[in-house]
Amino acid sequence: MKVAYWPGCVSRGFTPELHGSMAKVAPLLDIELVALDRASCCGAGVIAEHNPELADTLNARTFALAQQAEGTTLMMNICSTCQGAQSECQERLDASAEYRAQINENLAAEGLSYEKGLSNKNFLWLLVEEIGLEELRARVVRPLTDLRVGPFYGCYIVRPAGRLGIDDTHPRESYLGQVIEALGGTVTDYAGSHKCCGFPIITMNKEASLKQAGRHLGDAVDAGADCLVTPCPLCHLNLDLQQPLAERVVGRDLGMPVLHLPQLVGLALGLAPAELGLQRHVVKPTSVIDWTTSVVGEVGDPAATRG
Amino acid sequence: MTEFTLRLRRYDPESGDAAYWEEHTVELEPHRSVLEGILQAKNRYDGSIGIRCSCRAAICGSCGVRINGQPDLACHTHLGRAQKHSKDGVIEVEPMGNMPVIKDLIVDMEAVHWKKIRRVTPWLIPKQPVPEREYIVPRENMVDVTQSMACIQCGACVSDCLSMEVDPEFIGPAALAKAYRFVGDPRDDQHFERLEDLAEDPHGIYDCTHCFACIDACPKGVAPMSQIMRLRRRAGNDFHIEDRNNGERHEAAFVSLVKQYGLLNEAELLPRSYGGDTPLAKFKPSAAAELASSLPAIAKALLRRKVTPAAVFKPHKLPAADRKAVKAIYDEVEGRDERLEFNIYISGRDEDLL
Repeated sequence: MKVAYWPGCVSRGFTPELHGSMAKVAPLLDIELVALDRASCCGAGVIAEHNPELADTLNARTFALAQQAEGTTLMMNICSTCQGAQSECQERLDASAEYRAQINENLAAEGLSYEKGLSNKNFLWLLVEEIGLEELRARVVRPLTDLRVGPFYGCYIVRPAGRLGIDDTHPRESYLGQVIEALGGTVTDYAGSHKCCGFPIITMNKEASLKQAGRHLGDAVDAGADCLVTPCPLCHLNLDLQQPLAERVVGRDLGMPVLHLPQLVGLALGLAPAELGLQRHVVKPTSVIDWTTSVVGEVGDPAATRG
Repeated sequence: MTEFTLRLRRYDPESGDAAYWEEHTVELEPHRSVLEGILQAKNRYDGSIGIRCSCRAAICGSCGVRINGQPDLACHTHLGRAQKHSKDGVIEVEPMGNMPVIKDLIVDMEAVHWKKIRRVTPWLIPKQPVPEREYIVPRENMVDVTQSMACIQCGACVSDCLSMEVDPEFIGPAALAKAYRFVGDPRDDQHFERLEDLAEDPHGIYDCTHCFACIDACPKGVAPMSQIMRLRRRAGNDFHIEDRNNGERHEAAFVSLVKQYGLLNEAELLPRSYGGDTPLAKFKPSAAAELASSLPAIAKALLRRKVTPAAVFKPHKLPAADRKAVKAIYDEVEGRDERLEFNIYISGRDEDLL
């Protein structure tokens, strides 16, 4: 499968291990990534807050570039926030031919134009809807047996449900759990899985922001999770990078490793933890990996299992 | 008739007993409402079940509850649909969140919701002199505020506000949507004062974490979060209110960094959010203090090679031709006299108009 690939900004900036692990995982799933290296930041809701037409134009430009990417059938992103911010713009663009024409006017100088109906899917949605859980399960070489994983979605990929295409046939709000199970892991239910990590207000109300991160991490600890997994690098910043500060705000030790979705998939597909950049996290995933033997959960090295 | 089982959360604070769950089976058509189910249980089995309701037609806003964990009006939810979305075939009904329970499914709206509504001066402060006859208002201005006027004060958005969950002082989605109703009204005389007040309040417009929970919660399509974003837009862009919460600075820095690089440069965003939209921001005392407090996290990130010095000093950016194209888009769109704001709530979708 060939996809127009939008990695986003944070996956190449402060969470480089996300973009890196996606690049490693893609060939194992026969996904060919055609990078949209001319496309701009999605605006993360902030540019839309500043000026909706500006956000709509920048994202229409990204969509137009994706539609030009030869041989691709859809656009794929690896960031919940990109998914939500882009879906919001796409909803407006697709709602009205007149408005779409106005926005395309802004792109005319570059000879670009967005046509209604692009399919833009997060890697999570692509795993379930395009690759399929059966196929994913068949490719697992190192099942995450006995690994208790708490899903953390990120607001932008679950709300508003209508805009994100969540319905009875596409229960996208449950996909992380389905993927964890397909990889052989155990889903840990806890109160914070669909709540907000607090990142958007980290510069405006630091205490409230870190209290959100700390509370959800604490709930996951109490529910017995070994680690969390998230499709959102911005959530990762508040849950992992800021975890030491969150510990101070909520007044308890947390020590909860947080994995990016491609990292969790990569471990099950047999990649080594170091290849997936797991050593780069602030909270060392020691509950996930025994670094001396590269053992994941309680299952051995895939080379040995295969042998 | 179909049988439906309701699992109601019962709680009487005056009894001294802990809250408990109680199940009742009712018989109704699947298209009848959860409220009718609750009332049948009350009439047939237990007259002491506490539920507030009046119109039974989704207009009075009295019967806000959580059904299977989601806030909604009990009179606006079909029993059949609620059963389908329950986790075990039993329809779970509990009181709304973020507000104290008076009894069973009745929460204290006065203690939270109404108090916050009064916080935003929810009435028109007319321009002087008051005209002898009616004010003449352009149609498009009134259309602009109709979305916030659709609020029926049910409290569903307050119930599930994720900012309020950690910061009970947050003014919250319902009250801020109400604030926009007057900030967007050309007859009101205090737009600047209202916006300055809400921007400077540490629990005001910049305390919203942009989680969309209120948008999903609202049974009337008010999209309170979108109204909060419009308040920010007016405060920051139109009135240039530089608030003490870094709200305006954060937005300005984000927008200008993307204009400059085409991509977000996170290493610059943090200092500029505190010190203002200039490359020198990191040397300002206000930014330096904040950065120092974040130093342990930054040091660890550098140590683990999560963040490399290259990412800080040589940020990623688009190729020159694309940076130029992005800049041209900014100049074109921001050069307009009036912002173009396409709102589906007002304009509808092409397919709806067929």
